[in-house]
Amino acid sequence: MRMLFLATATLATLGVTTAAIGQSAANPAPAIKARQSLMQLYAFNLGTLGAMAKGDVEYNAEAAQAAADNLASLASVNQMAFWPEGSDNASVEGTKALPAIWESDSDIGAKVGALQEATQALAATAGDGVEAVQAGLGAVGGACGACHKAYRQSE
Amino acid sequence: MRRLLWAVVILALAGGVVFWIVSRPDPVGADTYAGLTGDPARGETVFWAAGCASCHAAPGSEGEDRLVLSGGTALQSDFGTFYAPNISTDESVGIGGWSIEDLGNAMQAGVSPEGAHYYPAFPFTSYIKAAPQDIVDLHAFLATLPASDVASKPHDVGFPFNVRRLLGGWKMLFLSDEWMLVNAPTDRLERGRYLVEALGHCGECHTPRNELGGWDRSRWLGGAPNPSGKGNIPNITPGGLDWSEGDIAEYLKSGFTPEFDVAGGEMAEVVQNTAHLTDDDRAAIAAYLKAVPAVESATQ
Repeated sequence: MRMLFLATATLATLGVTTAAIGQSAANPAPAIKARQSLMQLYAFNLGTLGAMAKGDVEYNAEAAQAAADNLASLASVNQMAFWPEGSDNASVEGTKALPAIWESDSDIGAKVGALQEATQALAATAGDGVEAVQAGLGAVGGACGACHKAYRQSE
Repeated sequence: MRRLLWAVVILALAGGVVFWIVSRPDPVGADTYAGLTGDPARGETVFWAAGCASCHAAPGSEGEDRLVLSGGTALQSDFGTFYAPNISTDESVGIGGWSIEDLGNAMQAGVSPEGAHYYPAFPFTSYIKAAPQDIVDLHAFLATLPASDVASKPHDVGFPFNVRRLLGGWKMLFLSDEWMLVNAPTDRLERGRYLVEALGHCGECHTPRNELGGWDRSRWLGGAPNPSGKGNIPNITPGGLDWSEGDIAEYLKSGFTPEFDVAGGEMAEVVQNTAHLTDDDRAAIAAYLKAVPAVESATQ
């Protein structure tokens, strides 16, 4: 009886582990979904700040700070598992990520770093007023754009 | 029979001569830029509005490097791949020695200082509508930029497209200085029309072309297949773009779309240029885009 239980447990563990490894190697869909969702979270928080920057909404220091803090946290999420090999748009459907991201001369790390810097700078000043938000957003947009320019398929 | 043969030969020769005459490079008038003085500060606005850095800076340039106009960016098309040349102030491989007339002939007539035709991959088809003062100001600004000794890459274009003389025929068919938006009743629309049609050369990408590479003028800014082969360039007439004027102006300033996605690909380059314009200029571009005739998006 005990043997049976042990055998089943071992097999089950092996099965789950294999499935987990298999997920990222053979099926990149969950990773793609994860990184796209992360970008949507960026967009949601950028929306709050952008509306204030454009003057569509009254500036609110608390809301601005909250959104900027979120952005900085989101930009610092460890995304290593979100970008497995074989999840570029030449290999699979459902993504616009270019194979250049995985090439040896890719500077994706620097691009990520630039976004982290820009979002942190914005979070440091978001509570200081609309001009601070406008200035900070400009740098964030530039960091987003730099990565999109190099590594995202255009329309 | 012999007579017929002679008749054909003579006609062919006559046709050749006529074509030779008709296709000769047609430079701008000698006094187009006479008496005008260039202001490099105004020239810098022209530089960004005309998007020179996007093609003439080295591929992958960022920040200050975009002012080093060493060339090399590839422009793919159905006719081959064109490489933007070095237009830095270098006197041997750049355009350091060019006069204002040389620049004007290049930008507004598509004619080189040696009298050869340029390929319309260089958008003289738009710059032809630019004001002479802007060309003179741009010349002054370009002269302030650094020199680069990177030699220009030759175009990768096969026969018969590598016969430059044939471009004379192309120009006869397709080169025009007429405005696409005929009615621009306000100052803002006039400025927007100028920025889009003459300097920004948006139509070069956003307008579909016929077999010979000329614009389908009935679908101005109505979107086109991406000449590099992948994907589509969007329809930015009211028939394809439902953004507000404020949204468009914001996009040209920051790259943020109304949903807070950020421009990528070629448009990221464009935004890097339009970000240098004034709010008024961007608003003018937005007003123009809302005023052009709506083109229905072609189903893909």
